[in-house]
Amino acid sequence: MVDPLEIKRILSVIPDPEIPVISIEELGILRDVRVEGEQITIDITPTYSGCPAMKVIEQDIVSLLHEKGMDKVKVNLIYSPAWTTDWITEGAKEKLRKYGIAPPEKSTVDKGTLTGKPKNLSCPRCGSKHVEMVSQFGSTACKALYKCLDCKEPFDYFKCI
Amino acid sequence: MANKAALFNYILRLADTNLVLGHRLSEWSGHAPYLEEDIALTNIALDLIGQANSLLIYAAKVEGKGRTEDDLAYMRNEREYYNSLLSEQPNGDFAQTIVRQFLSDNFDVLLYESLSKSTDETLAALAAKGLKEATYHLRHSRAWVERLGDGTEESHNRTQNALNQLWRFTADMFAMNPDDKDLVKAGIATDLEKMQPTWLKNVEQIFVKANLTIPANAWQQSGSREAKHSELLGFLLAEMQHLHRTYPEAKW
Ligand SMILES: [Zn+2]
Repeated sequence: MVDPLEIKRILSVIPDPEIPVISIEELGILRDVRVEGEQITIDITPTYSGCPAMKVIEQDIVSLLHEKGMDKVKVNLIYSPAWTTDWITEGAKEKLRKYGIAPPEKSTVDKGTLTGKPKNLSCPRCGSKHVEMVSQFGSTACKALYKCLDCKEPFDYFKCI
Repeated sequence: MANKAALFNYILRLADTNLVLGHRLSEWSGHAPYLEEDIALTNIALDLIGQANSLLIYAAKVEGKGRTEDDLAYMRNEREYYNSLLSEQPNGDFAQTIVRQFLSDNFDVLLYESLSKSTDETLAALAAKGLKEATYHLRHSRAWVERLGDGTEESHNRTQNALNQLWRFTADMFAMNPDDKDLVKAGIATDLEKMQPTWLKNVEQIFVKANLTIPANAWQQSGSREAKHSELLGFLLAEMQHLHRTYPEAKW
């Protein structure tokens, strides 16, 4: 029987299809790995209900494990508990920033996260806090569009949910 | 355990309203007033269609007759659809789309807040997820209602006109089936009649702020609970279902 931790280690290299600098594990999409004899069950959870990347992630998981000789793989989509940006690791937040995406800056335990303006948001390029929201909705469901008023660059902000 | 058929119908109602409204919003793709708004409306459409997808998967499981979520979405006709009448109303001008969305987002936030405490674990999980999205959608539609209603004479008139057109479909959102009483008693469903006054208070507060007036004594159209729709839904489904019905085995 394969160790679930070993499977988790194998899967930790799978990148998010839309933000390839971070893995599905760092993003908190990979929730659980269970092994019963030959049967391997993987739980994943969507960031947003309509996240179009979930199918791709499922296929990536199945084909990577097939390559390693594991054939009985089942991928479950689970909804509870609902995904939150709190699950993104600190290391991954730094990778997002370097990639040009401002990471979610605070914990969702703070009420008003969804509706309030991010307080300490800074430009991932020059670090300026002199930024302005262009649109609540960005290039993917999980991002909003901002611009920096100092270096004038537009950038994506990973919304806090 | 509550009646399976009643639960199936209840989930269909939630799913169909999201699916139809999501499809309506997707019609703006490539046509919205400017790029950021195009992206916003299609993002919201994607969330709603995603919510519908999860709900239809659950509905198919509850029904237990081997139908899939795609069968439910693409192979039912308009007299088998239980979406709210509001959701099928045409996009009209931008003001009409925004007012329809605002009325609907306010409804969704309250509904999901309540359903996230449902004794049905799957519904509770989907609602908790949907609540985050609906809250974010409401922030968008509310900002637009305030901006348009309290904007220029033209934007005000168009928004007031949209409210006059759409208000007659609002009571239908809160209509309940006789079976719902059992679902409410079992802690599964939300008591919509009890929810309505809060919804009214919430939307009224913003309309007042936006200098808009809810039409007084407006006649209310109903029918969605019996799957009775306007001809609008037939056209919408024809477009949405055409590809799947032409190539039922197509996969991509
Ligand atoms: Zn900058």
